[in-house]
Formats: sequence, structure tokens, C-alpha cells
Amino acid sequence: MDLSFTEEQRLLAESVARFLEKEYAFEHRRAVASADPGFSRESWAQFAELGWLGIGTPEDQGGLGGGAVEHMIVMEGCGRHLVVEPYLSTVILGGGLLRRGGGSKTALLADLASGKLLLALAHGERKSRFDLAHVETSAEKSGKGFKLTGHKAVAFHAQLADRIIVSARTSGKTTDSTGITLFLVPRDAKGVTLLPYRTVDGLRAADVRLDGVTVEASAVLGAVDAGHDLVVAAVDEALVALSAEAVGAMAALFAQTREYLKTRKQFGVPIGSFQVLQHRLVDMFMALELARSTTEAAARALGDGDADYGRASAAAAKVQAGRQGRLVGQEAVQLHGGMGMTDELPIGHYFKRLTAIDTSFGNADWHQRRFAGLTAAS
Amino acid sequence: MRIKLDAAHERFRDEVRGFLDKAVPADIRERCELGKRMTKDDYVRWQTILYKQGWVAPGWPKEHGGPGWTTLQRAIFDTELGATPAPPVIAFGVTMVGPVIIKFGSPAQKAHFLPRILKSEDWWCQGYSEPDAGSDLAGLKTRAVSDGDDYIVNGSKTWTTYAQYADMMFCLVRTGSDGKKQEGISFLLIDMHSPGVSVTPIVTIDGGAEINSVFFDNVRVPKANRIGEEGKGWTYAKYLLAHERTNIARVGLSTRLLRRLKEIAAQEQMDGRPLIEDPAFSSRIAAVEIDLMALEATVLRAVSGENAGKPPGPESSILKIKGSLIQEELTELMSEAAGVYALPYHPEWFEPGWNGETAGPAYAPALAPTYFNWRKVSIYGGSNEIQRNIIAKQMLGF
Repeated sequence: MDLSFTEEQRLLAESVARFLEKEYAFEHRRAVASADPGFSRESWAQFAELGWLGIGTPEDQGGLGGGAVEHMIVMEGCGRHLVVEPYLSTVILGGGLLRRGGGSKTALLADLASGKLLLALAHGERKSRFDLAHVETSAEKSGKGFKLTGHKAVAFHAQLADRIIVSARTSGKTTDSTGITLFLVPRDAKGVTLLPYRTVDGLRAADVRLDGVTVEASAVLGAVDAGHDLVVAAVDEALVALSAEAVGAMAALFAQTREYLKTRKQFGVPIGSFQVLQHRLVDMFMALELARSTTEAAARALGDGDADYGRASAAAAKVQAGRQGRLVGQEAVQLHGGMGMTDELPIGHYFKRLTAIDTSFGNADWHQRRFAGLTAAS
Repeated sequence: MRIKLDAAHERFRDEVRGFLDKAVPADIRERCELGKRMTKDDYVRWQTILYKQGWVAPGWPKEHGGPGWTTLQRAIFDTELGATPAPPVIAFGVTMVGPVIIKFGSPAQKAHFLPRILKSEDWWCQGYSEPDAGSDLAGLKTRAVSDGDDYIVNGSKTWTTYAQYADMMFCLVRTGSDGKKQEGISFLLIDMHSPGVSVTPIVTIDGGAEINSVFFDNVRVPKANRIGEEGKGWTYAKYLLAHERTNIARVGLSTRLLRRLKEIAAQEQMDGRPLIEDPAFSSRIAAVEIDLMALEATVLRAVSGENAGKPPGPESSILKIKGSLIQEELTELMSEAAGVYALPYHPEWFEPGWNGETAGPAYAPALAPTYFNWRKVSIYGGSNEIQRNIIAKQMLGF
């Protein structure tokens, strides 16, 4: 059994590391994140050229036909360099839903792979917290199409997207898992109002208001009433991708903190000579390694074909990424002392991204509870 | 939840599990599940069953009686063996002194000792720690003075697990005092039945007495029982410690403890429902189960693919730290699960053959003592703080 990467995966990892090392310095990230539109079209075009946007797209549609392990490789690089481009929203979630939705929508995967199409998912709501079955937004029959009304909370990258994937209830009660339908809605459709903002980690998101937005029946992604399972499956992939991003961010924080302990002098010696600080750095290192192991195992589990196994593994990975990520972020700030509190150093920016990752698509407590439910029988 | 392997290794795991499940004698299985103390006879019976299957020394080369497995197969076996309700194979012979004799022993030492280890004919114990040499092992003072073909040994060892059962001890002694303290240490194999050896039990906080003090009063040890060269004992000791660390994560044992924890939590009641359905308690179980998955995934990374066949490195210190914390959390949760019935103390219950009445459910008497006893795992074999020093020095470059 070989848990190391295949030759192709190794080459992808090298290409990701080499490209981001060269093109995605922290000051570049800072500049892109602090100006509108909050991402770089030039970088996005380069990602497309490198093939990263088409990893999940089948080969006959111009993609690489890869899976969760390849997405993990790219996302780890994104974490290491604090990439702000909408890879998760467009490629993992958007691409994942297009692939699963099937039908004519899969044709859009070619546009996604070439960088022409940006997507975002607007699913969560004010009262749903992390429950993917909780959808109040309604989709009423209207002529041959539907009329969407509701409010979507913190839709990542929605203001950058050409089309937003909106979930709405076509039948059933607010927390029923059946009766949810997904719609592909142009961002500039009539009745769509965005409240755009930055998130605490410097990324972009928006609340999305839908005031009787009329869409054709052809806007439905997948089947009517069957959106929940699509979202759950796509979010499982997002959980592993976010975990990989967290691993990348933790790896960067660990490396920078280690370097700091070796160079920063107090009392005439490098502060890394103090055992109390060495042990805290060791705990950061262990947190990183354990999160990496769980993330890699989960990426492989998603490709295993056993859905329950994949689901529980993804939840476990997100718990580890959330908890260990918070620990590593907090410790990196602490070990950098006052410098760790400054906006100038990247440390705090990694800390903030790790905090946001824990909260995105369910925090550690949430997924720990899910895991308990998924594994109660075993 | 267990991590899936590829098809070939899933088959290997099934084969190993299939044998182990059937092979454990019913009385041993029952007492082990309850957490009663295992007797010397229990250990020897179980090791003999494994010996007859050819599986008692999974890490030994084939020519010395090992099964010839890869490091991954060995890790799978170790995990399944640990998950089996049976006593562990006593490490002192098979995984500690055995590899040292194979690597550094004389032909006569190999021919005499190795078969006796495999057949459980000698019970080994470890003579490393001393009252004034714990984490600072090289500070040991037990002296061996040359006298013709023998050494005369004086001094004492401590924390010696199962010295009361032991026929042989591998022992670090000081044969010289020049230079660094790591120099001048020799590695002797001492017959525990020799005149001048005495053993005194140390009662631990759980009420048991599996560890001992061992005293040497002019004990005569043939020089033929020295491993390798005089004064090079530290090298052999370090080699031994590296080998000791192959199954250091103890994923199998924790898998068994997790299963028992869930069984107990399903039988205990809270608010009129099984404790395992209590959101707070089940969340704590989930937390440790996820940690165990992370540990198992880390073990698999360390023994498969490009890492296969490499000797265990400093990353095993990560496995030691995390593995011990998981075991401690599991034994603590098991004790907590029993509620007030964790409190009645029945020391006689642990002894084989005792059939008296105890208060509370049958699984309860062992839980708190096991929790107390298990605090040892983050202390022995190099405390978790020493492990952090090792990682800081060898992996982080401090």
C-alpha cells in the first residue's frame, strides 16, 4: 500500500509550490485583498492555464479528471500562501455541484476550467447555522419556471461570481432534507440584491437577498426537490479542501514560528533555546502532522466509494483542521509576542484565515457531533 | 471508525483478525475484557499460542523465527493484536532485548537466548532506570567490576516491570567512569536467579504491584553475558530504544478501549436514556475517536510507501505523545462512564479465582484503578516532556 503521491500528483504538488512561491508573495496577497474586486483576474487566468481549475472536470470536457487528492494538493498550496481567489467556491463547490447536477449543466464545466465562469454557492441562512437541510428560502411555481424569495447568509465570493447557485425550498418544511432545489441564478438577475463585504480573513462574501427572482425551469441544477444530497456531497469535498487549506496555513505558521524562535534574541540568546517555547513549538508541529494525516486519509476516503466512510472521514478531517488550526494560529501569535499582534506580519493573517476556516461549513463542535451520529453504530 | 487499507492489506488484516479472534482462550478473553490482572501463566499461554502460529516475534528477521513481514504488515498485525482481548506480548524479550541480541550478540548468545525468548522459556525484565537515573538515564550508578571471567555487580534498579516473574534481566551497568557519562556503560544479561539478586515490589496508586525495585549485592555475572564490547552499552541501549518505539502508538489497544467505552456507555443511564446518547458525553467520545483516527493515519503514513523499511525515527515521539494521551483519555472516560460505581474498591476482585460479590455492574471494579494505572503511559519509556525534547532537537533543529 502506497500512501505517497502518484508521479502525476507529485508533479502537481511541485507545480503548485513553485508557482505560488514565485507569484504569490504575501505583499501581493495583501495588495489584491485590500483593493476591489478582492481577487486577481490575472492569477485566475494563470490557475486556468496551469490546469488547476479543471482538476475535477472530466478529461473529455477539457479537464484533468482528478479528484479529492488533487484538490487537496492545490488547496494546501492556497493555504500556505493565503490565496484569496475563489477556488473553493468556484472549483470545489461550484464544479462539484455542476458535476453532480448532471444534464446540460455539465457543459459549463468547460467554461469553469478555462476560467471564464466564476461560481458561488448561496445556501446557508440566518437561522440555519450549519444545518444543510435548513432552507427557508422559497421557490414557488411561476408559469414554467420558479419565483425565488428569501435571504442567504454569508455566501462566500458571491459578489465575484457570474452565477450564484441558490438553494430554495420547493416542498416540505423548513428543516426537511427533501424538497430543496438548486438553481443557477445570474448574479445580475432582477430581484437579486447583494450586501457585499469583506470577511475577517480578508476574503469576500455577501448576503444575498432574493425578492421574487424569476428563473426558468432550465435554471434548476439536478432534479427538483433533490438538492440536499447534492449539497451534502459537494460540501463533503469542501470540508476536505478546507482542511487541506488549513494544513497549508498551519505548515506556513509552523515554519515561520520556528524561524522566529531561532533568530529572535532576548536575554542574549535565541528565544528558541528556552525549553518552554520549544515544547509549544513541538505541540504546533504535532497538530500540523495529525491534521495532515487526517486530511490525506479523508481525501482518499472520498474516492473510496463507501459514502458513509467518506462522510465520517471528511467530518473527522474538518474537526482536526478546525481544532488544530485554532491551536496553531493562537500559538503562532503568542510565540511571536507583540510582533504577532501586528498587521505587518503575515502571522495574524494566517491566524484569521484559520479561524474563518473553522467556522466555514460547520465548526469543530458541529462536525464532532455529526461524527458521533455517523459512527454511533460502529 | 477504522481507516481502510488497500485490498491486499485488508485481506491480510482479515486473516490476522480471523486467527486472533479464535485463538484467545475463553477464560483469558473474559478476564481481559473485564480488566482483571493477567497472571504469568496467562501471558505465557497466549505467547505460546502466537509462537506456534509463527507470530510471536513479528519484527524479527525470518532466519531467527520472524514471519518476514513488511513494516506495514507488522503495523497492521500489532494493531490487530492490540485490539484482541488478550494480554500484550511482554516486550522485554521479543521487542527489546531480542533485536539487540540479533544485532550485537555473540553466536553463543544468539543460539542460547533467541529460541528461549520465542518459546517464552525465559521471562525478561529491563534494568535501565535507577533511583537517581530516570529521564537522565546515563547518570546510572550500578557498578560492574571485573573479576577474572566474571563481573561483580553492585547497585539497584527501579520501576522494573514484572521483575517478580523474571528469569533474566538486560541491564545497563557502569564499567568505567572516565570521559562522558554515556561512555563506560556496558550492557549485561543477568540471571535473576543468581545469588545476591533481590526483588521488592512497589505498590502503585491503583493498588497493584507490577513494578519493583531490584537490588544487586555482589552478584556474579559471566563476561560471556555481556553484549558486544565493554563500555559500548549506550550504543546498544539506544538501538533498543529505537526498536521499542515501533508499536509505540498502541492504536490497537486504544481501539479496544474505545469499543469497551462505547459498550459501557451504552449500558449506563443518564436522564433515562443510554449515556452514549447524551450529547456532551458522546461528543467527548467522538473527540477521542477522531484523535485516534488521526493517530492511525499518522502511523500508516510512517510505515507505508516511501517510508516502508526505514527504521523508526524521531517521528515516533509524536506517536508516543499522542498515543499515550489518547489511552489516558479513554481510560478516564471509561472510569467516568461508570458514575458512582467507579468508586467501590475491591482489590481482591483483580486476583484470579476470586468469585465474591462486588457492588455495581461487572465491568465497574477495574475502571478507576485502570485509569489511575494508565497515567504511567505518558511517563514510562521517556516521558512526554522528554519526547518533546527529542522532537525539538532532532526534527525542529534546536
